[in-house]
Amino acid sequence: MADVNRGDRPLSPHISIYRPQLTSMTSILTRITGNAMLISALLIVWWFLAAATSPEAYATANGFLTSWFGDLVMFLSVLGLWYHTLAGVRHLIWDQAIAMDIETAYKLGWGCLGGSVLLTLITVAAV
Amino acid sequence: MRYLTDRKRAEGMGSAKSGTAHHWSMTVSSVALLVLIPLFIFTFGSALGSSYEEVLAYYARPFPAIVAVLTFLVGFHHFSGGVRVMLEDYVHGLNGQIAIVVMTCISYAAAAAGVFAIARLAL
Repeated sequence: MADVNRGDRPLSPHISIYRPQLTSMTSILTRITGNAMLISALLIVWWFLAAATSPEAYATANGFLTSWFGDLVMFLSVLGLWYHTLAGVRHLIWDQAIAMDIETAYKLGWGCLGGSVLLTLITVAAV
Repeated sequence: MRYLTDRKRAEGMGSAKSGTAHHWSMTVSSVALLVLIPLFIFTFGSALGSSYEEVLAYYARPFPAIVAVLTFLVGFHHFSGGVRVMLEDYVHGLNGQIAIVVMTCISYAAAAAGVFAIARLAL
């Protein structure tokens, strides 16, 4: 039969039938952090464009990014950025087909979670 | 169409048909970002909140400006690759195609805006 349903086929259920595990949760968190950072990335581009435009535009953008709300967004972004970075390193390790047994994968997962908090605290203290 | 065997119809339709180039592009950009992101966090972090004159002077220096340009180019390229895979996984049919086009355009528009701003500050 001709394929009349090209590109719009039904999917078998997958996410909904699995119990949450550290490995699956740390995996989905990589995707969430990576995509959520679009917001802070656009805010930072806005900040640079404003600085390149005029002192008034810069005052608005800089004021927003250093307000309590801007601080909160930047803090969460740094946390997400470090998590995404560590989880990315984990993928680079896995790409070499090493550390793939479940016990090591769990250790690396906790390492990503703990390491991102630690790096965030260091960043906040240093910047 | 009924002259085709089931195997012929299935050939080339699998999920592993392509994707090596995409995966390698994400690998290369991720390693580059491993270097760029810490540099960007600490250069941008020290400029954020400074006065207008300080920011102009800071981004007139080559190192912070080049780090920022590379972070925008490589970062938004990496983002567009990542968001594309997410949309391919969760948004299907025409909506998925539209979403991928829109997000790809946003990625490169944001990168271009960022690079333009740095060029204006630096030169």
